[in-house]
Amino acid sequence: MATRVEDSTLIPAVHDTHANHRVAHHDPHTEDASGHHPALQHHFDNLEQQRDATTLGMWTFLVTEIMFFGGLFMAYTVYRVFNPEAFEAASRVLEIKYGAINTAVLIASSLTMAMAVYFSQIGNRKLLVAFLGLTMILGTAFLGIKAIEYSHKFAHNTYPGAVPFEVDHHVVEEYEREKGRPFPDINRVQMFYVIYYGMTGIHALHMVIGIIALGFLTFYGYRGAYSPEYNSPVELTGLYWHFVDIVWIFLFPLLYLIGRH
Amino acid sequence: MSAIDRTARDMPPATPGVKRIAEPRADERPGSNYLNNGYGWKSWLLTKDHKRIGILYLISISLFFALGGIYAGFIRLELLTPQSDLLQPATYNKVFTQHGIIMVFLFLVPSIPATLGNFLIPLMIGAKDLAFPRINLLSWYLLIIGAVFALGAMMYGGVDTGWTFYTPFSSTYSNTYVTATGIGIFVAGFSSILTGLNFIVTIHTMRAPGMTWFRMPLFVWAHYATSLIMILGTPVLAITISLMAFERVTRVGIFDPALGGDPILFQHLFWFYSHPAVYIMLLPGMGIISEIISTFSRKNIFGYKFVAFSSIAIAVFGFLVWGHHMFTTGQSVYAGLVFSFISYAVAVPSAIKVFNWSATLFRGSISYDTPMLYALGFLGLFTLGGMTGVFLAAIGLDVHVHDTYFVVAHFHYIMVGGTLLAYLGGLHYWWPKMFGRMYPEGWGRFSALVVFVGFNLTFFPQFLLGYLGMPRRYAAYPVDIPAFQVLHILSTAGATILGAGLVIPLIYLIWSLIGGPKAAGDPWMATGLEWRTASPPPTENFHETPVVTWNAYEYAPQEDMEVIGKTSPDDKPDRSSYSGA
Ligand SMILES: [Cu+2]
Repeated sequence: MATRVEDSTLIPAVHDTHANHRVAHHDPHTEDASGHHPALQHHFDNLEQQRDATTLGMWTFLVTEIMFFGGLFMAYTVYRVFNPEAFEAASRVLEIKYGAINTAVLIASSLTMAMAVYFSQIGNRKLLVAFLGLTMILGTAFLGIKAIEYSHKFAHNTYPGAVPFEVDHHVVEEYEREKGRPFPDINRVQMFYVIYYGMTGIHALHMVIGIIALGFLTFYGYRGAYSPEYNSPVELTGLYWHFVDIVWIFLFPLLYLIGRH
Repeated sequence: MSAIDRTARDMPPATPGVKRIAEPRADERPGSNYLNNGYGWKSWLLTKDHKRIGILYLISISLFFALGGIYAGFIRLELLTPQSDLLQPATYNKVFTQHGIIMVFLFLVPSIPATLGNFLIPLMIGAKDLAFPRINLLSWYLLIIGAVFALGAMMYGGVDTGWTFYTPFSSTYSNTYVTATGIGIFVAGFSSILTGLNFIVTIHTMRAPGMTWFRMPLFVWAHYATSLIMILGTPVLAITISLMAFERVTRVGIFDPALGGDPILFQHLFWFYSHPAVYIMLLPGMGIISEIISTFSRKNIFGYKFVAFSSIAIAVFGFLVWGHHMFTTGQSVYAGLVFSFISYAVAVPSAIKVFNWSATLFRGSISYDTPMLYALGFLGLFTLGGMTGVFLAAIGLDVHVHDTYFVVAHFHYIMVGGTLLAYLGGLHYWWPKMFGRMYPEGWGRFSALVVFVGFNLTFFPQFLLGYLGMPRRYAAYPVDIPAFQVLHILSTAGATILGAGLVIPLIYLIWSLIGGPKAAGDPWMATGLEWRTASPPPTENFHETPVVTWNAYEYAPQEDMEVIGKTSPDDKPDRSSYSGA
């Protein structure tokens, strides 16, 4: 009870420092760590409660993300069942080397992120910042490679709504030679690309948000905001980052590998 | 808690001279509450106080409701005559679409959770605020941004797809502002997701010492179940609307069969959210009814755990019944059978609630205050709406009345007779807590009766109309079936009464803010934690974190009450009549 009374006397001061900051992303704590007072928000009793709440909040958010991607996975499943040949043919058009490199890059970034979380927990500021930076670099590399891949597709008019929608004719010729049958209906191939761009686009958007979050963490981490007692922003961003990686682990085989046998 | 305290807490209203246990002590910053803690526009528009955000929601959704009501008025006026004379058919399509979009996405979905839920959940579980106050404010802004898109599209020319946005009409053929409206619904959806997330985390992690799961008010349980639907269903709506808009903009076949898409997939995805969304609208209302019925019967709720778990059961089963909206589409018959069966099953937890409320009323010491009148209205109308829902779950009958006014009447009994009545009841019940003022009780009871009569006169004839074959969404109907016009005139007359019944509370509630008598901390002598603090509550809700030692509805048995002038030890009810001994 004594601590609670103490808390309530602090309310005005703590409240004011809060009001001067805005959230950059949905993690409610990042900016609080800049204050001289520990990052405890006034409506929580203690850091442990705050940690429980924010961790559960992130998990709940990830559940909504699963449902969000779930709608697209549902559309993918239905249309692949309806048009198995078109989907396999469309998948062969994708350049597997970019997808494979990106998979490796993302898995590596998950490792560096996990290292960052570890160093925030043991309070090693230097290595925390180093690994956060490394994660950002890998994330940016992923987006760069994705951009190259998109630009190749756009150069061949392989994007939904292109007039006319086309795919690289080398792939078409190779497909027809190998399978001994004509390339499937181009409209159905286009449907694959609706889902491809939808899924990878939303995934890339999540990467961008993740990199921005990492930027904030690096900044506050450099200023020494995180300690063994208080590091949940790093941990929660880690959860988010791993989630985005896992989505890619599903996307890679479903989009790139289904036509290669 | 000592026996004396309990007596004080359980004393019925209007007992003079009772020293209340939970009134703020004189030395605790007298008169400081969340309403007078800052007056500038910034103190409201940048507030992180869940109570103020609740008020922001209250004001905005009341405006949306009024707007949706005006559209409803146009629908009813048009249908007075068989010809489409007041509105051209194309205009009529836009009017009913806008009525539906406003009422569903801008009023019913946020209505109870975002206003009363926002205001009350931290108070009820003894927390200082929701877990994420900034996200709470953000979710209000998202609703407003969504509303700007949706209402902006309406001002520029409107949408004519119906609130269901069925493809390929919405994605290919409609020449109205579908995309802008879609963006509005997408954004407003995230408001709903964030509200649900906030509630779930708050209920898990912010409960006061002693506030165990089974001591929580059923209002909180209902909101927990609602939040589950919000976070699991709404993202699917978001992606569905996005795909529809994407198809519309790029003209690529996703749902348009002419381009190789599957229109039924749209319906599956849409109803995967929109059936559970019915429970987003209804469950919080059921939570309110549990509170009101136990308070005004002075009794513990009958079967607390059954009522609590039936909310969760409704949330879970609600996700498995969406196909009952698609009996007349190309859905497989076997899928139809399964959906039909599970739709029957989902009526069971709802019926459990109705039975438990009735059992709570049984031998209660009932007082007919305004909230109770609304709750009793809910009980009757929800039962009718629910029963006709069971009719509609039967494939044979559903095919017969599909897309007729029978369906319209059914879901208005649930949405208006259920949710709206519960919302009004809850608003009256917690009004003294929210604003520290009492509303005029006589006017309150009067308006509850007017609303009840007006509602039934509006929507009961629609059951008959639908059964006779009047289709929904038509501006005109045959002249040579006289029953059609008679019933439509009755319905319009009822809508007029209903409208008047809704304007009365609007006037006296606003009046009460200035002229109403000051409310005590616990004007209803209720047991919930929200009544253990001042009315209106201080910004931090409780001056000291409460420690909970009692169950949610611990009303003393009637014979133990020290009610002056009502009972004496000699004329206690005969206990043998309870047990049949
Ligand atoms: Cu339904």
